[in-house]
Amino acid sequence: MTPRWLHPCAWWLWSLCLAAAAAQTTNPLLLALLVCSAVIVVAARKPKAPWGKSFEFFLILGAMIITIRVLFQLVFGAGLGTTELFELPGVSFPDWMSGLRLGGSVTLEALLGAFYDGLRLATIAIVVGAANSLASPTRLLKAVPTALYELGVSIVVALTFVPQLTIDAGRIREMRRLRGRNTKGLRGFASLGLPVLAGALDRSIVLAESMDSRGYGRHQKETAVGRRLSIGLVLASLSLALIGVYSLLTAGMSAVIAMTILFIGLLMGGVTLWRAGRTRIRTVYRPDVWASPEWLVSVAGVAVLGIFLLVRIPSDQALVLAPLLNTWPTLPLWGLLAFGIACTPAITSPHPPEFDIGTSETLKAEILT
Amino acid sequence: MIRFEHVTFRYSEESQPVLRDLNLEIPAGELALLLGATGSGKTTFLRAINGLVPHFTGGHLTGSVSVNGRSTQVNKPRELADLVGFVPQDPVSGFVTDLVEDELAYAMECLGIDPPIMRRRVEEILDLLGLTELRTRPLHTLSGGQQQRVAIGSVLTAQPEVLVLDEPTSALDPGAAEEVLAALHRLVHDLGITVVLAEHRLERVMQYCDSILLLENGSIRSGLPSELMQTSSIAPPVIHLGRLAGWDPLPISIRDARRAAPPLRALLANHAPAIRAVPTHSPRIAEIKNLHCSYGKNIVLRGVDLQLDAGEITALMGRNGAGKSTLLRTLVGLKDQVKGTVRINGVDPQTLAARDLLRHVGFVPQEPHDLFEALSVAAECKSSDTDAGCAPGTTRALLALMAPDVSDNTHPRDLSEGQQMLLALCLIVAAKPPLLLLDEPTRGLDYPTKKKLGEVLRGLAQSGHSVLLATHDVELVAELATRVVIMGDGEIVANGPTQAVVTDSPMFAPQVSKILAPERWITVEQIAQALKQESA
Repeated sequence: MTPRWLHPCAWWLWSLCLAAAAAQTTNPLLLALLVCSAVIVVAARKPKAPWGKSFEFFLILGAMIITIRVLFQLVFGAGLGTTELFELPGVSFPDWMSGLRLGGSVTLEALLGAFYDGLRLATIAIVVGAANSLASPTRLLKAVPTALYELGVSIVVALTFVPQLTIDAGRIREMRRLRGRNTKGLRGFASLGLPVLAGALDRSIVLAESMDSRGYGRHQKETAVGRRLSIGLVLASLSLALIGVYSLLTAGMSAVIAMTILFIGLLMGGVTLWRAGRTRIRTVYRPDVWASPEWLVSVAGVAVLGIFLLVRIPSDQALVLAPLLNTWPTLPLWGLLAFGIACTPAITSPHPPEFDIGTSETLKAEILT
Repeated sequence: MIRFEHVTFRYSEESQPVLRDLNLEIPAGELALLLGATGSGKTTFLRAINGLVPHFTGGHLTGSVSVNGRSTQVNKPRELADLVGFVPQDPVSGFVTDLVEDELAYAMECLGIDPPIMRRRVEEILDLLGLTELRTRPLHTLSGGQQQRVAIGSVLTAQPEVLVLDEPTSALDPGAAEEVLAALHRLVHDLGITVVLAEHRLERVMQYCDSILLLENGSIRSGLPSELMQTSSIAPPVIHLGRLAGWDPLPISIRDARRAAPPLRALLANHAPAIRAVPTHSPRIAEIKNLHCSYGKNIVLRGVDLQLDAGEITALMGRNGAGKSTLLRTLVGLKDQVKGTVRINGVDPQTLAARDLLRHVGFVPQEPHDLFEALSVAAECKSSDTDAGCAPGTTRALLALMAPDVSDNTHPRDLSEGQQMLLALCLIVAAKPPLLLLDEPTRGLDYPTKKKLGEVLRGLAQSGHSVLLATHDVELVAELATRVVIMGDGEIVANGPTQAVVTDSPMFAPQVSKILAPERWITVEQIAQALKQESA
């Protein structure tokens, strides 16, 4: 396969399906397999570009989620289970404070439960992070409907500013050292805020200026009637969708009627978007193609989610998806199958384009290592 | 093509006008060069052409600016995008996408151009600017010159009739600057685009321009380069030499000057250029032995040996990415070496605590405002006194000496670029570090400020500091440096007295040397001295 960028929507579909699958279970073995598949695919297909670097950040984020979840369990833990591990000095509040408890005895079950729960959240963060590093956020913009494009741009610009801020903060910290300052500690850190923000502001003004002078935000003028119609449509579609969701969740109305209202609301929303897109004159340069590799990657994601959803129906798998805390979790055969399918994009997707880095300039080297 | 009629602009009701009753017309197909001291309103003038002033910046504009008959009063910048291409000073901050090709197409996507036409234009621009090899590369992996060409290409795809550039070569090494200017030259000749550009490095661009717009005190004088340059205080060395030798008509390009030079050569035949005094037997300040550095797998420095003595001003030159910045960073202990030793007065800078570092080595970064932290000049100077451990008021007194017109209450970021550089220099020099490092200090500085900076640095060297400056500015090096070190691909490829090194290499030769080669004259001042002796 010749190297090319895979359609970003394919990566996102794959990763969101994996995330949805992870949400179905607390079985640590299944969750670990999902994380493994994300790691394997990222290792195989990560581009050598700035956005490719973000995966490590998500791995760290995952570890932090688990740690925090377990720590909370230690401090606020309710005495679940019977296998007591050790006793922490604790305070029990009186009954009228609804039995809130700090510290106290720590059981194996409580810790395991917290760990499983944290692992599930961490897995979701990691598989979403995988898509984030496999597909460039700005390429995803190309596939966004025209009416939402401007909203999308602001989100993407905000996202790409975060890594830039960390680079700035690092540079200014160095400069502080050059002035003979101690840059360690909280005070050293706090004094970075103002210069970093000032730099970010300067840069965003240049960016806005450059976008404005290249025609960003150009659109045809809408007639007064058209504008009123647009506003009406937005209001109507939003209210209908809200009523629909509300009646679905509260059991006041029959599900069929609620679904119908929701459907009409969504339909009107679609029309609004289409109408708004019409006044924009944007076109797309070389839109990403959707060919067989895209199908294979997205089908892999959907298939994994499908397996997880299907096994919910036979009741004998309930304990596999949410294992008891006092027994060793089981790893069913279908879990291995799902893992295999989740990993297939590592083979079926094309390599991202390689590029020669050329000269060994400091900044480039820092970005790419 | 571009018409200004009674244009007056001020940022607020009360402030002094930046532009004052301007009336001028720039004809189609011309390459106009905008000159002016720092803070003279060059940037404001350029932004007024596509309506960024006042639509984007705010402020009050009276009179009318029109491009090809379309007035900026009724058209916002985005509505002029198909007519005026605007390239900001810092191309990297203006990039919207990740990849070269996407960036080139961005303006066309906004204008809603049909995909087949977009495809064709991108190919054309890739060829025109020599970017074909780079089309799929992420923008961050390009060199400065390549990034600048992409920035130019990204506005050209909208097929504008006017191209406005704000200091397109100020951050580039001489080679990359040539690359960009050659591309512009081609646009003017092949496509008939009208180009307006502001630039401080006149020695680079003067030869390409058709007319000059001289911006002083808010008003503009325009005319042919050879006319305006007779009297302009802002002028490259070739003009100063021409005036000194009394050449008429005044040559603008090196080639014309060389043809007018034979009588001057004859006059100078019996003289040798005055050699800049190089200190001998002065104490050694820094010593680098067999230094190797790398970023990951990329080796940036391989086996660098360098000694720096008190009283020297050493210029470190070489193309972008040759390892200059890394060498400076190892000297202040910001970068680990893989192998080799760095000693400043016998101490390894990496082992020094932040407090002691400043007493051994001072570093003025490329962006001087990175050093600032206070909200006013006075507060900045005060905190510098504490950092440097010197008597209260030392830094402020130093600043008053270097830049007398800076007031206490100004926010450091509101100072002009030249003033920011001088303030940063004061903050560092207050601690009297024996070794002083400067990274690209003359970027964005006009000739008078550069001269001022040169005097300050010369004074510091005479009082026993060793100064090392990394720079692309060959004229500054010719004026100032006692020694030149040229780096290439992480190694030192030349190291010797300025006179010898710069006249040997066509890339780093100053204008005077290019005109009078093979004789080793490098500054106008040397020639003025020789001529004085001759007439005496």
